[in-house]
Amino acid sequence: MADTNYDVIIIGSGPGGYVTAIRAAQLGLKTAIVEREHLGGICLNWGCIPTKALLRSAEMMDHANHAKSFGLKLEGKMTADVKDVVARSRGVSARLNGGVGFLMKKNKIDVIWGEAKLTKPGEIVVGKPSKPAVEPQHPAPKGTKGEGTYTAKNIIVATGARPRALPGIKPDGKLIWTYFEAMKPEKMPKSMVVMGSGAIGIEFASFYLSMGVDVTVVELMPNVMPVEDDEISKFARKMLEKRGMKIITEAKVSKVDKAADSITAHVETKDGKVQQITADRLISAVGVQGNIENLGLEKLGVKTDRGCIVIDGYGKTNVPGLYAIGDVAGPPMLAHKAEHEGVVCIEKIAGLPNVHPMDKGKIPGCTYCSPQVASVGLTEAKAKEQGRDIRVGRYQFNANGKAIALGEDTGMIKVIFDKKSGELLGAHMVGAEVTELIQGFVVAMNLETTEEDLMHTIFPHPTLSEMMKESVLDAYGRVLNA
Amino acid sequence: MPINITMPALSPTMEEGNLAKWLVKEGDTVSAGDVIAEIETDKATMEVEAVDEGTVGKIVVEAGTEGVKVNDLIAVLLEDGEDASAIDTSGGAAPAAPSPSPAPAADAGAKEVIPVGAEAATDPIPAPKAADGGRIFASPLARRLAQINGLDLKALSGSGPHGRIVKKDIEAAVAAGTGKAAAAPAAAEAPKAAAAPAAGPSSDQVLKLFEEGSYELVPHDGMRKTIAKRLTESKQTIPHFYVSVDCQLDALLALRSQLNGAAATDKDGKPAYKLSVNDMTIKALALALRDVPDANVSWTDDNMVKHKHADVGVAVSIPGGLITPIVRRAEEKPLSVISNEMKDMGARAKSKKLQPQEYQGGTTAVSNMGMMGVKNFSAVVNPPHATILAVGAGEQRPIVKDGALAIATVMTVTLSTDHRCVDGALGAELLAAFKGYIENPMSMLV
Repeated sequence: MADTNYDVIIIGSGPGGYVTAIRAAQLGLKTAIVEREHLGGICLNWGCIPTKALLRSAEMMDHANHAKSFGLKLEGKMTADVKDVVARSRGVSARLNGGVGFLMKKNKIDVIWGEAKLTKPGEIVVGKPSKPAVEPQHPAPKGTKGEGTYTAKNIIVATGARPRALPGIKPDGKLIWTYFEAMKPEKMPKSMVVMGSGAIGIEFASFYLSMGVDVTVVELMPNVMPVEDDEISKFARKMLEKRGMKIITEAKVSKVDKAADSITAHVETKDGKVQQITADRLISAVGVQGNIENLGLEKLGVKTDRGCIVIDGYGKTNVPGLYAIGDVAGPPMLAHKAEHEGVVCIEKIAGLPNVHPMDKGKIPGCTYCSPQVASVGLTEAKAKEQGRDIRVGRYQFNANGKAIALGEDTGMIKVIFDKKSGELLGAHMVGAEVTELIQGFVVAMNLETTEEDLMHTIFPHPTLSEMMKESVLDAYGRVLNA
Repeated sequence: MPINITMPALSPTMEEGNLAKWLVKEGDTVSAGDVIAEIETDKATMEVEAVDEGTVGKIVVEAGTEGVKVNDLIAVLLEDGEDASAIDTSGGAAPAAPSPSPAPAADAGAKEVIPVGAEAATDPIPAPKAADGGRIFASPLARRLAQINGLDLKALSGSGPHGRIVKKDIEAAVAAGTGKAAAAPAAAEAPKAAAAPAAGPSSDQVLKLFEEGSYELVPHDGMRKTIAKRLTESKQTIPHFYVSVDCQLDALLALRSQLNGAAATDKDGKPAYKLSVNDMTIKALALALRDVPDANVSWTDDNMVKHKHADVGVAVSIPGGLITPIVRRAEEKPLSVISNEMKDMGARAKSKKLQPQEYQGGTTAVSNMGMMGVKNFSAVVNPPHATILAVGAGEQRPIVKDGALAIATVMTVTLSTDHRCVDGALGAELLAAFKGYIENPMSMLV
C-alpha cells in the first residue's frame, strides 16, 4: 500500500500553497500538495503572470506608437495579432507552471491530483474535481498521486479565490467576461466596459486600451484604484484619461442588456442619472471571493467570516491541526501576502523560534496599468484618520534625469512620515517602473528606518530611484533637484 | 496654528508637578531643543525643552505655581506669522502638540533623555552599547522611540531577527512602563529594585565631555567590572557608618621583633615565620570579633546571620585591581599560621591563582594602606561582610602620657560598618576590643 500519511498536506498549489510546501520540505517535514486544476494556481495561470505578459505586449505597442518621438521611424502601421499575443501569454504561464512541477519534484513533495475534501480532523479524501477546469489547460504533471484518502498531522487550506459576480450581471464567458476570458480573447473587441477599477479591472482596461479598444471604466468609489492614496489615484486617473480611457466614478452598472454580439450597460451615477453604454464586451472585475465551498469545512465546524476562513496570526483555524493561508484566509488577496502567510504558518508548525505574525501594514501593492501604481503602508488620509502628526514629501518624474531620458516624465512619488518619530508610514508611487521601485521603501519600513537613514543612503545616479530619496528630502524641506 | 505646550509627565506615575521657573518670557523666540522651563517634582528638578520652534505667545501658568496637572496647558507657542490673537487657551488639555519632552537638569547627574526629535533630522542617535560593551541591535526607529520615551535599550530585549529591538518592543515597554532610563523618573522604583544599581551616564555621554583623541579607551576586564558592580551595589544599598580610633603600636612592634627573632630557622637559614603588623592586625580583629560576637554578622533581608568564626578578608592590591583572600577561623589560628597563609595567598593573588573559595565569603575584612603612608581613610563594606577595618600607617606622634607630652608610635584605624546590622555603639565596642589587643599584644598569644 502506498504511503498516504504526511506531516503536512497543503490543499491548493497557488503561490501560497506551493511556497509553503517548499518551506515545509526545507524544514524536513514530509509534505504533499493537492491540486485539482493547474500547478501555480490563478497567479501563474490566470492572474499575475499571464497579465504581465499581455501588458508587456501592450507596452511594446505603446512604445512603437511613440517611436517617432525617439527619432525612430516605423514603416507601415504596428498591429497586434491577438492570437499571438495570447499565445505568448499562455506560453509564459506554461513555462512557470512547469517550473512549479519541477520545484515540487526537486523538494520531494508529493503532488496529489484531484479535489480535496476534509473528512475528519487530519484526513482528506481526494476525488474528481467538482467543476470543469478552465481551458486551455496545461497538462497535469507526471508522477502525481491520485484519488484516495490521505492523512496528515497538519492540513493547510490554500484554495485561493475566484471572481466575485454581481447579482444580475453574471459572467457568461461570451459577452460578460471575468479575467479568465479577458486573458484569452479570440478577437479584439472594438469597445468594452470594465466594471470595477481595482488592480484586475484597471490592468485589463489598460491592456485593451493599448490594443486600440474603446474602454469605459465604471467605478463605485470616487477614485480609480480606490485603495490607493487619493492624490496618486487622481494623478493616475488623469494619465489614463489622457491616454483615452473613459472613466466614470461614483457609479454602478445596475443592469446589462445582452444582444447577439454586444451588451448595453446601464450605468447609474450617484445623482441617480442612468446612461446606457453599448459595447462589444463587459469585464466584471468587482473583486474576488474565497474558495471555501466543497471542502468539508462545515462538517468540521471551521469558522468562516464573509466568505473567508478565520485564522489567527499564524494561520491557525479554530480546528486543531487545520490551517488556512492566502486568499481563502482573507484580504488583502495578493500572492505575496499568501506566500508570507504560508511561510509564517509552516515555520510556526515546525516550531521555529522567533516566528512573528505578518504585519499587514507592510504589504506592498502593485498595479501594472500604464502608468504603474505601487504603494506600501498608510495613505495620507489613513494616517490622518489615525491621528498621526505627519510630514509628507513629494517628487515629480518631470525633474528626474532618468525619467526624462526614458521619455517617461509623468509620475510622482509620495512619502509619509510620522512627524515625531520619523517613522516611514507610507510610500505611494505612480509612473513608469514604480512597481520595481516600491520594494526599496518596503525594505526600509521593514527594517524600521527613519528619515535619517534614508537620507544617509546613497541612491545610484541616474536612476528613477533617485526620486525616492528626493521625496524623503522633500518631506523635510531639503529637496535638491526641484 | 499655535502650538500648545502642556505639562509634561516626567515619570509614568507623575500626576502633577510644580512649575519652578520659566527660562523664556513672552515674545522670546525658541527653537526645538531650547530649555524653556524647569519643572519640580518631589524627586527632582527637570528641564523642559521646546520640541517646535516659534515665539512664546503666552505663558499660561506662572513660575512658582504648584500642583500643575500633567497635560495642563502651560504656554502657547506661535508659529511664523501668527500673532497672539490666534491663541485660544480654553482647550488646555487638548493634546494639540506633543508635550515637550523632559530632560533632567544637568545637576541631577543622571542619564539624559533629551529626544533628538524628527524635526532636527541631522543629529544621529549613536548606536547604544550593551552592558558588556557589545553592540545592542535595535532598529533606527526603535532607537529614536526609546529616546523619545526615555527608555534604556539596555534594559529591553528584542523580538526581531537575532534579538533586534524593534518598534513593537518599545511599544510593549512603554505600555508596561518598563525599561525606563535611569533618570530621575526612575528613582521612584529604585528602592523596590534595591539590588539593581542605577546606571550612571552612558559611555557616549561621558566621552562627549572630552576632546576626541585626548584619551585612550581600555576595555574593562572581569575584575574591574566586578569591583565596579559590587562596590556600587555596596554604597547604594548599605548604610555606612564610620568609627575611628588611634592605637599605640610600641608594645606590638616590640613583641613582633621579639617573636620574629625567636623564629626557628630551617637548614637554609630561612625563619619559620616572619610576622608583619598586618598579620597581627588580622589576628586582633578576629579576636575582637570573637569577644564581640554581635558584630560578627551578615545582613540578609530576612535574618541576622551570626557567624561562629571570624573569617577575615584581607584586601590585596594587584595589577588592575584588588582581591580579598580570606583567612578562615583567624581567631583560632596562631600568628605564625596567619602570617604564612597570608604570604602564600598574597603571592598567589598577585599571579591571579587564587581559587574562588579562597576569596569568596568571609565575615569581615582588613584594608591596610599603612605601608603607603596613608594616615587615615574609610573603606567600603564588601558584602556579605558587615564591617571592614581601614588601617593607616604607624607613625611617631606626640601623645599625652600621665599629663606630659611623650612620643609614641600610633596608628589610626577606621571601622566601616553596615548600620543595618552593626550599630554605632556596637562598632565602637568592637573597635575598643581591637584596640585592646593591639596595645596589649601579649593577650593575642594566650
